[in-house]
Amino acid sequence: MLRLFGSLVLFAAALLVATPARVLAQPIAIVGGRVHPVSGPVIENGTVIIDGGRITAVGASVPLPVGARVVDAKGKWVTPGLVNALTTLGLSEVDAVASTNDASAQGEAGIAAALRAWDGLNPASVLWTPARNEGVTSVVAVPTGGLIAGQAAFVDTLGETRVALVRRAPVAMVANLTATTAEAKSRGDLLMRLRQLLDDARTYGLKKVAFERAATRHFVVSHIHLEALQPVLAGKLPLLVAVDRAADIQSLLDLAKDYRLRVIVQGGAEAWRVAPALAAAKVPVLVSALDNIPGSFDALGTRQENAALLRRAGVPVVITAGAIETFNVRNVKQHAGNAVAYGLPWDEALRAVTLAPAEAFGVADTVGSLAVGKAANVVVWSGDPFEFSTRAEHVYVRGVEHVERSRQDLLSDRYKTPGRE
Amino acid sequence: MSSAILLLWLAQPATAQTPPKPPAAPATTPPTPAKEETKEPDPGKGGLSVPRDDPFPSTYKAPVSPPFAIRNATLLTAAGPVIPNGTILVRDGRIVAIGATVDVPAGTTIIDAGGKFVTPGIIDDHSHLGVYAAPGVDASSDGNEATKPNTADVWAEHSVWPQDPQFPRNLAGGVTTLQVLPGSANLFGGRSVVLKVVPGRTAQDMKFPGALYGLKMACGENPKRVYAKSGPSTRMGNVAGYRAAWIQAEQYRRKWDKYLAEKDKAEKKGSAPDRDLTNETLAEVLRGNILVHNHCYRADEMAQMIDIANEFGYKIRSFHHVVEGYKIADRLAAAGIAASIWADWGGFKMEALDGVKANAAILQGAGARAIIHSDDPSGSQRLNQEAAKAMAAGAAIGLPVAPADAIKWLTINPAWALGLDDKIGSLEAGKNADLVLWSGDPFSVYTRTDKVWIDGVLRYDRSAPDTRWRTDFELGFVPAEAR
Repeated sequence: MLRLFGSLVLFAAALLVATPARVLAQPIAIVGGRVHPVSGPVIENGTVIIDGGRITAVGASVPLPVGARVVDAKGKWVTPGLVNALTTLGLSEVDAVASTNDASAQGEAGIAAALRAWDGLNPASVLWTPARNEGVTSVVAVPTGGLIAGQAAFVDTLGETRVALVRRAPVAMVANLTATTAEAKSRGDLLMRLRQLLDDARTYGLKKVAFERAATRHFVVSHIHLEALQPVLAGKLPLLVAVDRAADIQSLLDLAKDYRLRVIVQGGAEAWRVAPALAAAKVPVLVSALDNIPGSFDALGTRQENAALLRRAGVPVVITAGAIETFNVRNVKQHAGNAVAYGLPWDEALRAVTLAPAEAFGVADTVGSLAVGKAANVVVWSGDPFEFSTRAEHVYVRGVEHVERSRQDLLSDRYKTPGRE
Repeated sequence: MSSAILLLWLAQPATAQTPPKPPAAPATTPPTPAKEETKEPDPGKGGLSVPRDDPFPSTYKAPVSPPFAIRNATLLTAAGPVIPNGTILVRDGRIVAIGATVDVPAGTTIIDAGGKFVTPGIIDDHSHLGVYAAPGVDASSDGNEATKPNTADVWAEHSVWPQDPQFPRNLAGGVTTLQVLPGSANLFGGRSVVLKVVPGRTAQDMKFPGALYGLKMACGENPKRVYAKSGPSTRMGNVAGYRAAWIQAEQYRRKWDKYLAEKDKAEKKGSAPDRDLTNETLAEVLRGNILVHNHCYRADEMAQMIDIANEFGYKIRSFHHVVEGYKIADRLAAAGIAASIWADWGGFKMEALDGVKANAAILQGAGARAIIHSDDPSGSQRLNQEAAKAMAAGAAIGLPVAPADAIKWLTINPAWALGLDDKIGSLEAGKNADLVLWSGDPFSVYTRTDKVWIDGVLRYDRSAPDTRWRTDFELGFVPAEAR
């Protein structure tokens, strides 16, 4: 897409990539755009200054730093980079090819709390670029499978190493309470297992010394999993729980109260039916904005107004691309737009794919809005970011604009002239 | 990965876990021991293998609807340029006039579109509604007869559950016609059925009158994975399987055509050949009475399927999924084979690895007949949005597609793929009045359907929620607000 800016920009970008130090040395001034900081009101004809990988100024009248590279954003929209909070980006290349899947662990009876998803993160995946080129600057990379899948990471979409990609990890412990998961025979069974696990983890936490002397009772899983659950019990690490049925969400809220857990609901097909309880408990909900099919007996009340109804009730809403995405991480935009079509105010939709996920996963201090001091994850759009016809013209991840044709682009380029052999 | 995609490549969770049954016995039964019979038994109608037979006839009847006209509409006709401020006149379920100026008889009900868009009803030529109904439970998993590689004998309509709550949601998405296909586990998956997206107590109540059947075929990974133990377990095994089946089918066709041509002649005394449902479906393809819909991802495999079709003298009407269609867009155009594709799916298995969003635009640019299909109950409701993604991807590589052309991906092109382009798919006088009134530009993410007509009957009206179609299943189970 950035090809439109001609070879000069590409040449400059190549230089930037080749010498990142120089990139960071030169401030970038995005001027004249319609700036949506998310953390504040819209600024028409606003300026965003990026320096040293961070946002150093946002406003209507901001002096340009000496030597700044000026990006003319007249007629453009400037927003924080988008976040897709439910992905296996970097953890899975080809879904049907097991050797390329790194999102799950064998675990013990459906428990893999110690799995650190970011251990399997692949910086060389070809799927970072299409996500980034369409304005997604961060994702939550989640482990999958079992009752407790493991630990998720908040990841930026540009980085040459695993360590460089990760913004913060862990940001959540991933669990699944939909009736079809794990080896559980019923929802009571699922909750029983979860309580048993949490009780064991709590006991383990209190009796580590005794455990090492083999002077504790038997625990359901190995100590590595019990150890990994300590931050969850301490209320420091949220439990991200896939759950759809209204009654199950209520059960989760009860459990969270009993164990003083921080929880995030994922999916939440019927969350709108318990919106006041979710709001009171300040529990964020990750929702699709396209689902309207009663696809399971857990999700009979699925409706597209879910996001709007939850937000109206005061629930923190995070919009994802529905299912755990890899190839189409980029479609978080489409979901945000559909949420608007089904009643969510536009500003709230933008928040739901930027600041809201940053807040839910505890990284809002460094990312999620256009605010001074935050990492410069910034996108300049040709128009409304949720519209299909809009292009992400400049995408900055930590202040770096990495211009790169994706593998999909290269294939299209190769074959766009008919009859090529 | 969405459950829908899983559904695709797992073929069918319930049966995928079951070991495939041993290879089926030869499809034809042993010859009748004619000697022992004293007289020729009357085979009855069910004993005859008759071309264009219709044993499960449509019982669809459009209710009588008063004439109406939509005025002041932006008409995306799928038959020419956009008509701004256009009028469309509907009578007896048909479009009787359309254009910038239309004489509307006095007394006709007038709907002022206020500049909003009207398009033909959306046609999804790749659906599994009714055969993979919601909720998705094993008991309703009826889309893949994954018991042997050739199940050309099964008919999707015998799996269609008319109370699938996905139907009314599809209608609300502007979809007026669906081709429901068997799944892709098998080399030959069975017959498709074309449905109108209307309430019915039976599948026959929904069947599109006069529509041809389709035959679902599948290339590549799915059959060879499902039958890995009993075969085919390779792509070359797949191809051997297609060819062996066509050889049998051609023999069957000759035998029956000969018998049928001679049976009424006085001198004809021979007994009727054995009827076989598998060969009957394939023979109908060879006669040109059933259209082939071939699930195939890779460019090289599509080329081989075209050669097989040429070898046995049948035509492939449309490839489906066609993730690599853009690599052979010129050849698809030359062969006159439609390409039914997703806008942006790819990467989920090896044969889908090279999926690109510009597929539709490149196909269009090469003069091929591109179709945006869904293979997914969610995507099917928003094919307009899928088309919009494909338009944007085309523009990004210098292949812009105008709205007047992009609308064809969802309407007249799939109508052609179903052999129904003389009845539906465009806003032209004489066509069925399958219409969608949109709240705005159908290629905007913010646009919703306001009204949907099928055969001139208002079937969906967003402003009248109490009139909305609720399936039997939904009563009591699905809260009224969620319909």
